[in-house]
Amino acid sequence: MPVTRDDVLHIAELARLGIDAARADELTKELSAILSHMEVLSQVDTAAVSTTAGVGTGGTPLRPDVGVPGVPSAALASVAPAMRDGFFIVPRLATHEDSSESGA
Amino acid sequence: MSVDNYTQLGAAQIASSVRAGESSPADMVRASFKRAGEIGAGSDELNIFLHADEKASVEEAEEMQPRIRNATDIGVLAGVPVAIKDNIATLGLPTTCASKILRGYVSPFEATAVARLRANGALVVAKTNMDEFAMGSSTENSAFGPTRNPVDVRCVPGGSSGGSAAAVAAGITPIALGSETGGSVRQPAAFCGVVGVKPTYGRVSRYGLVAFASSLDQIGVLGRTVDDAALGLEAIAGFDKMDSTSSDADVPIYRLSALGKPAPEARNPDTEAIRIGRSPVPLPPPPSATTLDGVVIGKPKEYFPESLDPEIRRVCERALDRFRSMGASIRDVSLPRSPLAIPVYYILAPAEASSNLARFDGVRYGLRVDPGKGLKAMYEATRSEGFGPEVTRRILLGTYVLSAGYYDAYYKKAQAVRTLIADDFRAVFTSGVHAIFTPTTPTTAFPIGAISDPYEMYLNDIFTVTANLAGVPAISVPIGRVRRLPVGGQIITAHFDEYAMFRVAYALEAGLGAEAHQ
Repeated sequence: MPVTRDDVLHIAELARLGIDAARADELTKELSAILSHMEVLSQVDTAAVSTTAGVGTGGTPLRPDVGVPGVPSAALASVAPAMRDGFFIVPRLATHEDSSESGA
Repeated sequence: MSVDNYTQLGAAQIASSVRAGESSPADMVRASFKRAGEIGAGSDELNIFLHADEKASVEEAEEMQPRIRNATDIGVLAGVPVAIKDNIATLGLPTTCASKILRGYVSPFEATAVARLRANGALVVAKTNMDEFAMGSSTENSAFGPTRNPVDVRCVPGGSSGGSAAAVAAGITPIALGSETGGSVRQPAAFCGVVGVKPTYGRVSRYGLVAFASSLDQIGVLGRTVDDAALGLEAIAGFDKMDSTSSDADVPIYRLSALGKPAPEARNPDTEAIRIGRSPVPLPPPPSATTLDGVVIGKPKEYFPESLDPEIRRVCERALDRFRSMGASIRDVSLPRSPLAIPVYYILAPAEASSNLARFDGVRYGLRVDPGKGLKAMYEATRSEGFGPEVTRRILLGTYVLSAGYYDAYYKKAQAVRTLIADDFRAVFTSGVHAIFTPTTPTTAFPIGAISDPYEMYLNDIFTVTANLAGVPAISVPIGRVRRLPVGGQIITAHFDEYAMFRVAYALEAGLGAEAHQ
């Protein structure tokens, strides 16, 4: 099940990673090579086997349904690229110049 | 006691000296930085540290002095310098995960494991280099350059906790924290000739550990000796309300396991406060012919394949002989699905990573690269510039195996085979085997730059990754050298049976003596 260049570009978009053309070609080969080693799993009969999502032994305990203090906004501001009035500032979802390119 | 022989002191000796007033915490911190300078821990040599501040560390140590004079709650690690892997959040020192995307980031909160070390009297002296976001087996994937192995500077220290292993191997700190997803504490411990322990999944809180693959991640401890690792783990283990996967199972006094007897029943409720009040119990006498009486050690054939380096096999057999001479019996066992562990791991871990690392988007913290073309372009530019090649590769791999059309064939299949791998361990441990012994790694440390194929690098984890998939505890102990490079032996026990794991590890270390480093 080799990975195609289109696959790489598609999953890169899903993962919000900009990949240039040369790197896309390299990644196509690398991911195909890695996934070829995974094919061995298809030979294992798991029809009657349950899946394991985690190995914790305590389940998922619930804490009391009460509010807890959040991280103070001053602490957030110390690490945030841009904040104003307690809100994170981000670029516009799309600009007029690039609305078609961004797909928005 | 003099600090002149600092590099030879175990954590318990340092704590005893500090408690007795023979030396001060500041003496120990200065000795740690002196050693770092002597051995060349800086970025132009071994490149062990990503962040260290001697002045601030000495000041912190001096502030501890009155607490030692006046209080009894100093903890088992009073005055012990420790190093912390740079994916574990620390107040006052950056936490970058060795990634450009978090360059300069200082966490506004502290990891529970670090807070517990401090509560037990330990002093954080450095954040250590690592593979970016813990993705790697050589510490070559750091955005800030590779760490070199103190045993042989031409070689890698292993990874991803390579900086922590190197700090301990170089004698800078007797204890360091690392983290494991597939062997990232045990493999570098083996490569650097130190002890590395991965506890049971849930034994140690991950609050403040930057998430890579949440169903696998655990904080672990590297130590100069088994005793250092035992004291370090005891200090950080136990329930934490900040991590819903942490267990409330009692934390035994692991040092008692060195006496060669089963774990005593807990007489008091196990609480963090009680553990902080403990003093190290005395170390036991040397091992005898009865130290491991009644202990059954499994030798799984899948971990001793025909292709195993004959010299690594030889030192493993020597270790097994020591077990026999201390009264243990060796039983051939099988973990038949272990050869499938690497494919399973390299589907599940990247899948989880692709989700966990979505948070690094240039919005709330870390790097932002904004080309001025809207939000999506900012996301892509930030992540492309911020993540290195291996992290990018794994995010894409994880995104692929989770995407429509491939989810069942890869991700769901890997989850099912993970069940089978865990079942294998359960079957061995319920058959009367107390501990499993294997080589930690198939090779010794390799030269920097020697492995360029990603999958070949992944195979470094072949003997360690199964314990992560099954969630069981495991420890790597030095068992000898091959071509002058250290070899680690791995001891694996059942869930939450770190006590038995330490019992066997203490015995092996004492049984081998100087041979462990020959």
